[in-house]
Amino acid sequence: MALIIIVAVAFAVVLVLGTGVGVATRRRSRTGGRPAHERRPAPPAEAPLGPAEAPVATEPASAAEAVAAAQATADAGAGAAVEELRAHEAGEGGTEPATLERPVLRDRLGKARRLLGGYLDGIRGRAVDDATFDELEEALLLADAGLATTTKVLDDLRAKVRSGEIEKAPEALLAALRADLEATFSGDSPELALGEGEGPTVWLFVGVNGVGKTTTIGKVAARERDAGKRVVLAAGDTFRAAAGEQLETWAERSGASLVRGAEGADPSSVIFDAVAHAAARHADLVLADTAGRLHTKVNLMEELRKVRRIAERPPGQLTEVLLVLDATTGQNGLVQAKQFTEAVGVTGVVLTKLDGTAKGGVVLAIRSELGLPIKLVGLGESVADLVEFDPAEFVAALFG
Amino acid sequence: MLETLTDRFEGILTRLRSRGRLGDEEVNEVLREIRVALLEADVNLGVVRDLVERIRARCTGAALSKSLTPAQQVIKVVNEELTTTLGGEALKLHYASRPPTIVLLAGLQGAGKTTTAAKLARWFKQQGRQPLLIAADLQRPAAVEQLRILGQEVGVTVFSEPSDPVAVARKGVAEAERLGRDVVIVDTAGRLAIDTALMAEVRAISDAVKPHYTFFVIDAMTGQDAVQTAEAFNETLALDGVVLTKVDGDARGGAALSVKHVVGKPIAFVSTGEGTADFETFHPDRLASRILGMGDVLSLIEKAEREYDQGTAEKATERLMAGQFSLEDFLEQLQQIKRIGPLQGMLGMLPGVPKDFRNAKIDDRDVGRIEAIIKSMTSDERRGVAVIDGSRRLRIANGSGTSTTEVNNLLRQFKEMQKMVRSLGPMNRLVSGAKQKPSKRKQKGSRFTPSTRGPG
Repeated sequence: MALIIIVAVAFAVVLVLGTGVGVATRRRSRTGGRPAHERRPAPPAEAPLGPAEAPVATEPASAAEAVAAAQATADAGAGAAVEELRAHEAGEGGTEPATLERPVLRDRLGKARRLLGGYLDGIRGRAVDDATFDELEEALLLADAGLATTTKVLDDLRAKVRSGEIEKAPEALLAALRADLEATFSGDSPELALGEGEGPTVWLFVGVNGVGKTTTIGKVAARERDAGKRVVLAAGDTFRAAAGEQLETWAERSGASLVRGAEGADPSSVIFDAVAHAAARHADLVLADTAGRLHTKVNLMEELRKVRRIAERPPGQLTEVLLVLDATTGQNGLVQAKQFTEAVGVTGVVLTKLDGTAKGGVVLAIRSELGLPIKLVGLGESVADLVEFDPAEFVAALFG
Repeated sequence: MLETLTDRFEGILTRLRSRGRLGDEEVNEVLREIRVALLEADVNLGVVRDLVERIRARCTGAALSKSLTPAQQVIKVVNEELTTTLGGEALKLHYASRPPTIVLLAGLQGAGKTTTAAKLARWFKQQGRQPLLIAADLQRPAAVEQLRILGQEVGVTVFSEPSDPVAVARKGVAEAERLGRDVVIVDTAGRLAIDTALMAEVRAISDAVKPHYTFFVIDAMTGQDAVQTAEAFNETLALDGVVLTKVDGDARGGAALSVKHVVGKPIAFVSTGEGTADFETFHPDRLASRILGMGDVLSLIEKAEREYDQGTAEKATERLMAGQFSLEDFLEQLQQIKRIGPLQGMLGMLPGVPKDFRNAKIDDRDVGRIEAIIKSMTSDERRGVAVIDGSRRLRIANGSGTSTTEVNNLLRQFKEMQKMVRSLGPMNRLVSGAKQKPSKRKQKGSRFTPSTRGPG
């Protein structure tokens, strides 16, 4: 599979660049040829930020065409490309080419029709409670539940109303909806697994930048110390400026010990050292911090894979790989969960910053599509602001 | 799910070809698709409603364009609306007549304010200014230390003291005046919009230093909450602009649209990475395409222009179209493409990529293996002149440290791709047609000049 993708992408890129470049050149030229302009440092007196002079009206038109054409050419396998190209060409003064056989396009047409058809059926099916369903939909979408989850859940609800399973009253609807949503998490336990064997248990914390990994570790450390455990923190973020100092503060606040490496050291080696240290001192738990990283960065994800491999080596027992997720995150949260799970096998989610106005609805999809349990919830910046995930409370807050 | 808008519209609007106008029903159907795309991109529900109505008003009853398909026509309107909303007046920085010019950064926890402060400092330095950084985040452990380290990296002094944020800010400005700095950047602690005490604090900081520019720093992956948070910050601080961070991820970035729509102030900068140099002015058209799920082709093109030799690209494309694309060409292109960046990164930038491809992993080591295989071939083998039989395959496998299976796979899949590309006949015409356009333009400072080659 990898091979064909590489070949296909390379072909696609060649096509895009071979044609798209020409198109882009054409687009810019309409505005008087300004490409280098935007990259020059502005003169000291006044620094316009952004393409200040480009007339917005003409730019997007050509941009849309450019994008449409470039997209079309890049679509190496799809005959759907042809139609856009044809029209584009016609717009440039060429002649109308003959219609072509496009088996791939027909498939896509079918898909589009089915998608729309389903949607329209849903609308036609609405009887008396249109307004209620609209409100429910709005609440779920605003909570970042996402269109797919929202649509599915509300379609199920409509079906139950139609079949008479639920009474057609707003209270009954809401109650049924909440029950459905809570059921998403059924069977989950917020407990974090401990190793059964000899060496220290290791919990690895991963996630994108700025979600609250280090703060969460501080809170978990405090909680576990309160429960009587001996905790070691591993400063596995060797990239971010002052990350070690930050974790050190949390070590102090929580009464855990800290193992750090040199600035820029290999994170795997820091974690290895921490586990060895913990084993030697018969500590119960190692909480391993890692640098925030976007899942789109291949080399960083590769680094994380290595970190995981090291973390699970004896004497450590890696029992949890926790994805820390910011509650303000939108649909990208699902992508994050997928990618991190694929890379390092996430075992559970910590949802942070839920004390704000964001509802964190994306965890519904994360649980239903990926089966990942939500373990903990962060509710503030202090060491005690950590609670176990409670489905009923969470769902109630979606509509609060 | 991430099919492009064009694909979705094709089905609805093909039958419009016979009619002269975009009818209500078709426009409605299209707008439903737009709504889906925008919501999936995290654009706020209220903003989506507004946008959809505006697009509806422009599209319904509009005469069909002669040069665009109905689908393209609607997309053009959508793209324009998005770009207009995202763009509009760019931020014009006017430096204070009595220095220093004071810039205040505010936002939620984890948005990237501290890193942005350092990036801004570096940016101002590049503008010939002498900035001072003020570390007024006394809440987050080691935040001051973080800014100090970053300040050192970009060569800008950082001021702080362990008192309280308002005092730090005030004294920092005084220090800037004493040192003769003409720009001051104040980093503040992340805070929730509903935390009345902390919002009062940032208001107090603002009142104490009276910033000339207050920037709201927001993460590109923020969801629906972007609106509520932005509104609250705007009410408290009267924002002048927005900085969008972590744009190098694959979040569609709808939050930017929501914030812009609600706050009405320009998106001044985007942060494109963790390094202090990863800081750019904002391009509305690029984000518009990205929000619509149409890939960041423009970024790809710009990157390519820097690294990719256009002459070679054109030649390669022609040979590709004509079915003359050999393994030698492929190797050459692969090496050029690698100069732009890892292939994996490009995957996210190509529009129209099916979902399973988009999430696919391209291991750069696999790319290396492909290169090794081709390099182990003779020139004749690469150009397809010599038939690569069993013994040759073995030789190639041994020479490249791979297996005959891999060599077989490459040869087979390469052939398959060639066939697929050859079947896209009409593209030949676009390629050659594009090259025939009369060229009136001169591109100064660009490596690309329009080709004057004849029909392909």
